Amino acid sequence: MPSLGADMEAGTVSQWLVKVGDEVHRGDVVAVVETEKSTIEVEIFESGTIAEILVPPGKRVPVGAVLAHVTSGAGHAANTVPSVSTATPAVPRAPVVTAAHAATVDAAISPPAPVARRSTVHSPVLRHLAQELGVDLVTLTGSGPGGAVTRADVEKAAGRGGDGTRRRGRATGKPKSVPPAELQPVTRVSSSPLARRKAADLGIDLSAVRGTGPHGSVIERDVQLAAAPALPEKAGPGTTVADDRAAAMRRAIGALMARSKREIPHYYLSTTIDLAAAAAWLEQANIERPVTARLVLPVLLLKATALAVGHVPEMNGFMIDDVFHPSEAVHVGVAVSLRTGGVIAPAIHDTGGLSLDELMTALKDLVGRARAGVLRSSEMSDPTITVTNLGDLGVEAVFGVIYPPQVALVGFGRVTEQPWAHDGMLGIRPCVTATLSADHRVSDGHRGARFLTEINRLLQEPEKL
Amino acid sequence: MTSEEARQLIRSVLHQVAPEADMDDVGEGETLQEALDLDSIDFLNFVIGLNEETGLEIPERDYPQLSTVGGCVTYLTSTR
Repeated sequence: MPSLGADMEAGTVSQWLVKVGDEVHRGDVVAVVETEKSTIEVEIFESGTIAEILVPPGKRVPVGAVLAHVTSGAGHAANTVPSVSTATPAVPRAPVVTAAHAATVDAAISPPAPVARRSTVHSPVLRHLAQELGVDLVTLTGSGPGGAVTRADVEKAAGRGGDGTRRRGRATGKPKSVPPAELQPVTRVSSSPLARRKAADLGIDLSAVRGTGPHGSVIERDVQLAAAPALPEKAGPGTTVADDRAAAMRRAIGALMARSKREIPHYYLSTTIDLAAAAAWLEQANIERPVTARLVLPVLLLKATALAVGHVPEMNGFMIDDVFHPSEAVHVGVAVSLRTGGVIAPAIHDTGGLSLDELMTALKDLVGRARAGVLRSSEMSDPTITVTNLGDLGVEAVFGVIYPPQVALVGFGRVTEQPWAHDGMLGIRPCVTATLSADHRVSDGHRGARFLTEINRLLQEPEKL
Repeated sequence: MTSEEARQLIRSVLHQVAPEADMDDVGEGETLQEALDLDSIDFLNFVIGLNEETGLEIPERDYPQLSTVGGCVTYLTSTR
């Protein structure tokens, strides 16, 4: 379960878009996950073949839990594969789907997950034996020291099921606690007639259901349990499924912002930017454009912010364990307010590298999907700096709270007509107040001022954006 | 276009742009952006929606005329 934003503790898999045996490529959307804030399309970070799906739809698991295994074709161990997107290699991020070498047992669990580790190393002898007996080591739970798979485990698995122990996608259950003996082939499932009928009705694979009837046979109740969406395993205060999403979102935002205010020594700067040049340029640009291709001012503000970061890299990156990791890439998170309440700040990837037209398209797409509640995992985990634009709500300035682990947030208020001295003349010009909230552990007011000044400078030459 | 048709059109386009928003709550002279909490992108999408439905190439300088339901109705009925 990837961390889709620092305020996320758990997520519910609502849908798998791949099945066991499917070939996947890095960046493919493989699953849909529900969080308090949104529905996220989870992208895979590794190419390979889906070997096993561990978390069934409807099940809520903590960040870091393994969702599925991927067998990679490549000959190198893939447990520590880099994450989904190109950016921010220094950031420890929960792997979305762990990849396992054909003959190793996967174990990649990211730090916050309280899930047991399984051994990843098998001796050549063991691998040879497993191959000979047709046993897939990926499906085995070891009984040796540290959970290592032993010769006895392999032989036992071979004796119990032969082919039945081959990778078989289990539609349900808790894989970590399922001993290999339960991986029985379909033909050997003992079940009641009622259970079989029920399973057929509900489209449940009986071989995937854990039986609690006589001699482990599957009875109707087991089928029903398998069909029902799993409840949260740790139902702490306020994490019941019945919870209103808006309330859950408010809590998530509250927790993250409290953490930000607790941990980040914010400093704030503000400057008023003359937008006459930008507004005139925009008006001219839009006259020549059909309605569908018009630009909005926030696109210029986003681009200017992204480019200014290049001059003041201390604004762009992540603070992790008191160490600042600057990011090469600039993925500006855009705070989007949801009309149903709450705010979400997904990233526009490589904001500075996009033309204004591309950025406009990306922004429209992102805002639309954020409001519809369909975002991608990389958009949630990648923002390196955030921009919030409260101009449409009519306030002149916003002093934002930094999204951890980011280190800066730029706010733009409403564009207002101001009396403004320019070239020795007093005139009325459109102006906007730009603010910066930044992390004192990384930068100080001098650098912050340089950053805002750079944004101002860039906006005076909109044709170059 | 009659004013009733214009009203229907505005309602349906607004619904596409902001499904959560209810046009019935908006007074004739109230500012759409404020009443329905539309940002600049929502408003642009609203204009795009009107353009797609009517074929009108609405220039940016006409945007202020579209700020209220009443203004939209007048604009749509008079320019057609």
